[in-house]
Amino acid sequence: MPDVQTHQQGRSDGAALAIELKGISKSFGAVQANKDISIQVAKGTIHGIIGENGAGKSTLMSILYGFYKADAGEIFVSGQKTAIPDSQAAIAAGIGMVFQHFKLVENFTVLENVILGAEEGGLLKPSLSKARKLLAQLAKDYEMDVDPDAVIEDLSVGLHQRVEILKALYRQADILILDEPTGVLTPSEADHLFRILKGLRDQGKTIILITHKLREIMDITDTVSVMRRGEMTATVKTRDTSPEQLAELMVGRKVLLRVDKRPATPGKTVLEVENLRVRDAQGVERLKGVSLNIRAGEVLGIAGVAGNGQSELLEVLGGYATGDGVVRLNGRAIDLSGRYSDGRSRRANGIAHVPEDRQREGLIMDYHAWENTGFGYHHDPAYRSGIFMNNRALKQDTIDKMERFDVRPPNPNLQAKSFSGGNQQKIVVAREIERNPDLLLIGQPTRGVDIGAIEFIHKQIVALRDAGKAVLLVSVELDEIMALSDRIAVMFDGQIMGERLPSETDETELGLLMAGVQRGAA
Amino acid sequence: MPKWVDILLIPLINLALALFVSGLVVAYIGENPFEAVAILVKGAVGSPYGWGYTLYYTTNFIFTGLAVAVAFHARLFNIGGEGQAGLGGLGVALVLLALPWPHWSIALLAAMVGAMAFGAFWAAIPAYLLAKRGSHIVITTIMFNFIASALLVYLLVNVIKVQGSMSPETARFGVSLPNANDVLPWVGFPRSTPLNVTFLVSLVACFAVWALIWRTRLGYEIRAYGHSEPAALYAGISPVRIIMVTMLISGGLSGLMAINAVMGEAERLVLDPVQGAGFVGIAVALMGRSHPVGVFLAALLFGMLYQGGAELEFERPAITREMIVVIQALVILFTGALDNMVRAPVERFFVNMNKRAA
Repeated sequence: MPDVQTHQQGRSDGAALAIELKGISKSFGAVQANKDISIQVAKGTIHGIIGENGAGKSTLMSILYGFYKADAGEIFVSGQKTAIPDSQAAIAAGIGMVFQHFKLVENFTVLENVILGAEEGGLLKPSLSKARKLLAQLAKDYEMDVDPDAVIEDLSVGLHQRVEILKALYRQADILILDEPTGVLTPSEADHLFRILKGLRDQGKTIILITHKLREIMDITDTVSVMRRGEMTATVKTRDTSPEQLAELMVGRKVLLRVDKRPATPGKTVLEVENLRVRDAQGVERLKGVSLNIRAGEVLGIAGVAGNGQSELLEVLGGYATGDGVVRLNGRAIDLSGRYSDGRSRRANGIAHVPEDRQREGLIMDYHAWENTGFGYHHDPAYRSGIFMNNRALKQDTIDKMERFDVRPPNPNLQAKSFSGGNQQKIVVAREIERNPDLLLIGQPTRGVDIGAIEFIHKQIVALRDAGKAVLLVSVELDEIMALSDRIAVMFDGQIMGERLPSETDETELGLLMAGVQRGAA
Repeated sequence: MPKWVDILLIPLINLALALFVSGLVVAYIGENPFEAVAILVKGAVGSPYGWGYTLYYTTNFIFTGLAVAVAFHARLFNIGGEGQAGLGGLGVALVLLALPWPHWSIALLAAMVGAMAFGAFWAAIPAYLLAKRGSHIVITTIMFNFIASALLVYLLVNVIKVQGSMSPETARFGVSLPNANDVLPWVGFPRSTPLNVTFLVSLVACFAVWALIWRTRLGYEIRAYGHSEPAALYAGISPVRIIMVTMLISGGLSGLMAINAVMGEAERLVLDPVQGAGFVGIAVALMGRSHPVGVFLAALLFGMLYQGGAELEFERPAITREMIVVIQALVILFTGALDNMVRAPVERFFVNMNKRAA
């Protein structure tokens, strides 16, 4: 019985195992998402799983949580071979999961959300009081304070996450899986989360942390497993490794983690924004009087937690949301009143836009790569002949762009959805940057993009700046903002909280601004 | 999965399943299903007479099918083809009765303009309500079918009826379109065949729709809007414009169906000139996967079912008109609504094949 042997070997390492996966394989159609993956997670540790987008991390965890059934392989929980056909079975086995996108009922209270699906008996009252007691205990033990009677929609994102963790603990999870937990948090919220996780570990819980952020792995994990293209390439003790080594394991080659750039030489002002206000469809003010300017040859980075008005800023400047205020491009005022189809005149005026969400806005996922190359520029004389599209010119241009931007596979006849995230983003970035715009709006340039492509896209942004163009960079990744920006503006609640030079600030100060706190004001 | 599986094999499996279930129903009422199929096929394509009717129905369904298909590309569900075609018939009648047309070709062009204008107008109101007010296009187009029907009855009874006549219909038009017997006398179509030159117009329409959707900038924008509204906004494509233009084209195509039925066949406007072809167009577009070639093939199939069904009803009195409708409904059910039932296993089969081959 070789299974038992390996298992006993695992135990002979010293620590008991919380989870052991053996030979897990899973494919979707022709795509093999997981190839013969084996992993051992010791009890009472924080185990990081790191890998690029599409490396198969989420698939692996979905198998562990019973969302997918593995084509082959076995799962052992606390040494017992366990079948996990659905999430109920996972919960019964003591596995809890905190998803990237929270699954809470917005208009329920914290308590109601915690017991949802785990109510005992026909009456709510006993479950509620039991949960109330447990919540008070957990708050004391782990710094997990949250008002049990607060309604979810009134709470911050960081607290939503805490409620998700409480939900898992209420279901007596011993093993907690967190999928990219810090994507929506401010740095200080992330620090708090890590303190909670360390506290849970010290109480004997096992934590599996899925992330693509090397810094988080280095900060809080005990062991880290690296995945690449569906395979587990290495499992190492965190203290024995370095970010550079992990990055190399993830990508399969050496990567530059910093951006090389010369100091900026700003020229004349390209974009002036004065007192810009935007309301959403519900009439809620999303931008509350934003003023900023960008000069030629500089990158203005907008830092901030997602949902504080950055998207609206990009939409107004990109010409598909209405706003009040003054926006001048190269000294000429831009009309902000038209709701639709101003994207065309924006482009004609020299504004290019890489939107935050390439799959929702930047690309038509069902269009071929060559059709997407003309997207937004399909009225350009180079791409058309009369009322017809000039498909031949578009295809040729796509082939050229794919070569220059190293899009793989370099096949213009594939649909956008069949490219990886990084290559999709390269298609968008190539389309926008090669218009040689006066102003580039670029939102989340490297979200869900592999490290190799991140390096490339960053270089392109710096090159555009060095060519004397203005760049407005919006990103929720502070590292990215710090690395690329010549000036940093922090947005909170639809307002600019302040502007800083990257050389004169640090993550702590920016983090406070992102949370709406002015230093010295407190 | 190879493309031919998607556009040929799966529809054929669907069709076979529909015929199989139809066969069970036919057997249940005590008729021989194989005989029934033989009569149906022979009636539809077994003689120039059959072909004349089959292709006449096909022409109707091509227009209404294309109308639904064009709207589908913008993810608009135009189920108002019935009313738009009815209004198209009104347009045809008004144009043809207005002047003594010297030659059928000029009359055809003028009648096409009238048909498209009236059909497009009838689609424009629901389109405007959607674009500006957000009213659901399925609801509004259905309601406009009823309004169109009531309007035609009112006009035929009170306004454009021949003075002193008892029947609610307009006067005969002064021109008639060349029918298949005039154009191809050696094939042996009977003199009375309803098949006329509009069939050629419908083939041109297929090509024009293909060019519109896959070759023009407008088609590019229509498809982009249909795939993703946020992306269309980002690219500077106006949803209001796309909704309006797409529905005008869709309504215009529905209206053209009246050229065949009103100008080509009846040669006057009668009550209910559309005879359900607007609804069949939905099934045709679904089965044809919104591609003009698919629409043509599906329209041909439904043309055969219509004509063959009429023959079957005549030959086997036990198989009533309602039975024919059941068979047609089964075809719609299997090709439209239950498409995924066949698609999923077939896709899995081909994926496994590929894996084994790899």
